[in-house]
Amino acid sequence: MGKTIMTVDDSASVRQMVAFTLKEAGYDVIEACDGKDALTKMQGRVLDLIITDLNMPNMDGIELIKNVRQDAARKFLPIIMLTTESQGEKKMEGKTAGATGWIVKPFKQEQLLAVTKKVIG
Amino acid sequence: MIDAHKQAFKEEAAELLSELELTLLSLEHDPEDSELIAKVFRALHTIKGSAAMFGFDDITMFTHDIESAYDHIRNGEIKITKEIIDLTLGARDLISIMLAQSEGERDIDEEKSKEILMSFKSMTNAVSKPPKKQEAAASSQNLSNVQQGTAKEEIFHVIFRPAEEIFMTGNNPILLLNELRELGRAIIIANTKKIPSLEEIDPEKCYFSWDLILKTDKGIDAIKDVFIFVEDQCEIIIENIDDVIKLNGDEDFRNLEKAIYENALSDKYSVEDFLKTYKPAAVHEAASALVKHENKKTKHAEGHGENDAASSIRVSADKLDELVNLVGELVIVQARLSQIALKANDPNMVSLSEEVERLTWSLRDSALNIRMLPIGSTFSKFKRLVRDLSKDLNKEVELTTDGAETELDKTVIEKLSDPLVHIIRNSIDHGIETPDEREKIGKPRTGEVRLSATQSGGSVLIKISDDGAGMDKEKIRAKAISMGLISENVELSDSEIYELIFAPGFSTATEVTNVSGRGVGMDVVGKAIDSLRGAVEVESKKGKGSTIILKLPLTLAIIDGLLIQIDEDFYVIPLSSVEECIELTDADINNAHGRHIVSIREEIVPYINLRERFSISSAPPSVQQVVIVGIKGNRFGFVVDKVIGQHQTVLKTLGKMYKNIEGISGATILGDGTVALILDAAKIVEKEELEERNRN
Repeated sequence: MGKTIMTVDDSASVRQMVAFTLKEAGYDVIEACDGKDALTKMQGRVLDLIITDLNMPNMDGIELIKNVRQDAARKFLPIIMLTTESQGEKKMEGKTAGATGWIVKPFKQEQLLAVTKKVIG
Repeated sequence: MIDAHKQAFKEEAAELLSELELTLLSLEHDPEDSELIAKVFRALHTIKGSAAMFGFDDITMFTHDIESAYDHIRNGEIKITKEIIDLTLGARDLISIMLAQSEGERDIDEEKSKEILMSFKSMTNAVSKPPKKQEAAASSQNLSNVQQGTAKEEIFHVIFRPAEEIFMTGNNPILLLNELRELGRAIIIANTKKIPSLEEIDPEKCYFSWDLILKTDKGIDAIKDVFIFVEDQCEIIIENIDDVIKLNGDEDFRNLEKAIYENALSDKYSVEDFLKTYKPAAVHEAASALVKHENKKTKHAEGHGENDAASSIRVSADKLDELVNLVGELVIVQARLSQIALKANDPNMVSLSEEVERLTWSLRDSALNIRMLPIGSTFSKFKRLVRDLSKDLNKEVELTTDGAETELDKTVIEKLSDPLVHIIRNSIDHGIETPDEREKIGKPRTGEVRLSATQSGGSVLIKISDDGAGMDKEKIRAKAISMGLISENVELSDSEIYELIFAPGFSTATEVTNVSGRGVGMDVVGKAIDSLRGAVEVESKKGKGSTIILKLPLTLAIIDGLLIQIDEDFYVIPLSSVEECIELTDADINNAHGRHIVSIREEIVPYINLRERFSISSAPPSVQQVVIVGIKGNRFGFVVDKVIGQHQTVLKTLGKMYKNIEGISGATILGDGTVALILDAAKIVEKEELEERNRN
C-alpha cells in the first residue's frame, strides 16, 4: 500500500508543487491549508508523514506539531517543517515541539524527495 | 505541468500582493498593530519562498531584503514610518511588474529597484547583528553535497548514540542506518549494553547505540548529512580511520567485517578497542559532543487572520461564461418543453416538465451564483488610488468603504472598475478642497470620499459621495449651453443638470490637471454604466459635497422579467423595477379626462400607453393592464393589453441594425420560439418626458 503524506501550507502554489512531486513519486497526498485544516483532515486517517509550513494563519506549524504529538497514535509520526533561512530560531522551536526534520525553502523537487525518503524510508 | 504550477503561483502571488497592499494601507493608519505587521511579513515571506521554487529568482532576491527589514520591524527593532510604507508599496508594485515581466510585458525600472533595496538594506544594517542565515545556507549546502561527493574511497568509523527520546521527534534510527548503508559498504554493530531489564524498559525509548565501519567515496559531509535532523539529539562521532587501518581492497574489508562480528558476541566488546588492537594505532578523539537537549518552553504563537484560504478551486472565467451560456440555452429549451407538455395534456409529461423546470431554475441560480464576486475586491483597489491621488494633488483625503461584501456579477464588477476610477478622481480633483481651504470654511482638513454598495432587489446601488465643494449648477448649465448640449431657454431639474456632466467632452475644470479636466472621464462613466444596463444619478449640494449613485443589475445574463402582451406581440419588463400591476378600465380613462394618469391609493401616477407609443393600430381590449414601474424614485405606469406573468429572461443582444433603438434593450426567445423585446423602461420614460417638454 502506498504511503500517505499530508502537506500543510497556506500557499497553494507550494502545496501544489509538493503534492505534485510526491504524487509523481508514488505517494498518496492529502493537502491542508493551515494547522486547523490539517488537524481536521487527518482525523481517522493513518499518515506516514506530515510536511508543514511554519508561517500560517489560524494555526501555525509549531502549534500543529505540538497538537499532532499529543495524539498517542501519532507520537512517532515523522513531521517535516518547511523553513527559510531567516527562521533559525523557528527551526529550534519546531524541533523542540517535536518536528522530525526540516527542508529549507526554496527547495528543489529532488531535495523534497530525498528528505521524504530519509524520514519514511 | 510545471507551467500550470507557475500559473498557479502567479495567480496566488497577485492575490498576495493585493492583500499586501491592503494591509500596508491599514498599517499606515495603525503602525503599532503587530497583527498587521505579521501579515505583511507573512505575505512577503510566502512570495519570496514560492517565487524561488517556480524560477522567479529575481523576485526572491528582491524580496529577501524587504522581508528581513520586516523581520526587524516585527521584533520591534524598527518602527513603521510613512517612508517604510511608501517604500514597501513601491516594492510591491515592482514585484508585480516582475511577475508580469516574465511574459515580456513590461520593463522593470532598475534604478527604482536598486533605490528601494538600498533603503531597506540601510535600514536593516542600522539595527542588525550579523545575520543568522549562514547556518541555513550551510545546511542546504549539505543537502546538495549528497549528490556530489569525492571520488576517493575512505573508511570512517561512525559512532551513533541516539538520545533515548529520539522516537519522540518521529525519527527512526533504522532508516538512518539504512541511509548510511547506501553510501557505500558498511559494517554495523549494534550496542545493546544500555538496555535495562524487562520490567524497567520504557518501550517508547531508544536504548541502542551503533558502531559503523563505513567505506564510502561520498566524503564525511555526506555522512554528517545523514544525521542532519538528529545531530543535536544524538551523540555522533565520525572519524576518518583510513590512516588507522590500512585496508587494501574488498578482501581486507571482508576480513575486518568477519573479525568484528566474531568479537561482537563477547560482552566486553568495544569497537573502538577492537580497532585499536586490530591494527594498533591511536584513535583520535572526535570533536563532536553531545548536545544537551534543551527543553525550553516554546512561545505560544497563535496564528491569526481570517481563514482566507478556504477550500476552493480556480476555474477560468471563460469556462464560467460558457456554463452560463449553456444554462441560458437550457432555460429556453425548458420553456419550450413546458409549453409542449401543457399542450399535450399528458399528466406524466407535465410532471416531468415541472421537474425539469425546477432543476433548471436551481441550476440557473447556482450557475449565476458562481459568477458572483464581492465588490470589495474592487474597492480595495481604490484605497491606493485615493492615497496616491491625494498625494499628487496635495490634498488630504480618506476613503471609507461600506458594503464590500455586496455581491455582483463578475463581468459587472470588471466593467465597473474604470467608471469608478473616473468618478473618484473627479471627486478628489474637483470635489474635495485643499486642506487650507477646508479649514477656512470650517470643515475638517481631511476630506472624505465614501464608497458604499448595497443590494436592493435585483440591482446593486453603488454610492460615491464626497464632502467637498459640491457642483456648481450655474457653471454646468453655462458650460452645457456654450457646448450646445442644451438650449438656453430649457428648464432643467437639478438632477438633470448634474447629469450633463456625463456628456462627452464635458468638463468645467478651467485648468487641465493630469488627473482630470480633459473631459474624457465622465462620459466614459455614462457609457459604461449604460452598457451595463445601469443608471446614474447625481445629487449635489454646493459647499456640502456630491453623491453619485450607480444602479446596476446583479447580473447581465439572465434576469427575471415580467412578460406582457400588446396585440400579438410579447415584451418583457425587467421584474426588478416592476412594483405592481393594476387594471385600467374605460371608466378610469374617462375619469382622467383624457390625461394619462391613474390614481392608485390616492396617489397620482402618470402612464404611457405602449400601444400608442409603438404605433400599434389595433383596438385595445376593454380592460387593459397598467404595469407600475419605479424609476429613479418616481412611479410610472405602462399600459399593456395583458400581463402574462413572470418569465426567465435570457438576454440576447439585438443585431447591429437594431442596436441603437431607444427604449429596447434586447430580446429574448420564448418557449414557442417567438421573440419578445425587452423594454428599457427608464429610456422610454425619458423619451416621453423629452417629447412632452418639446410639445409645450
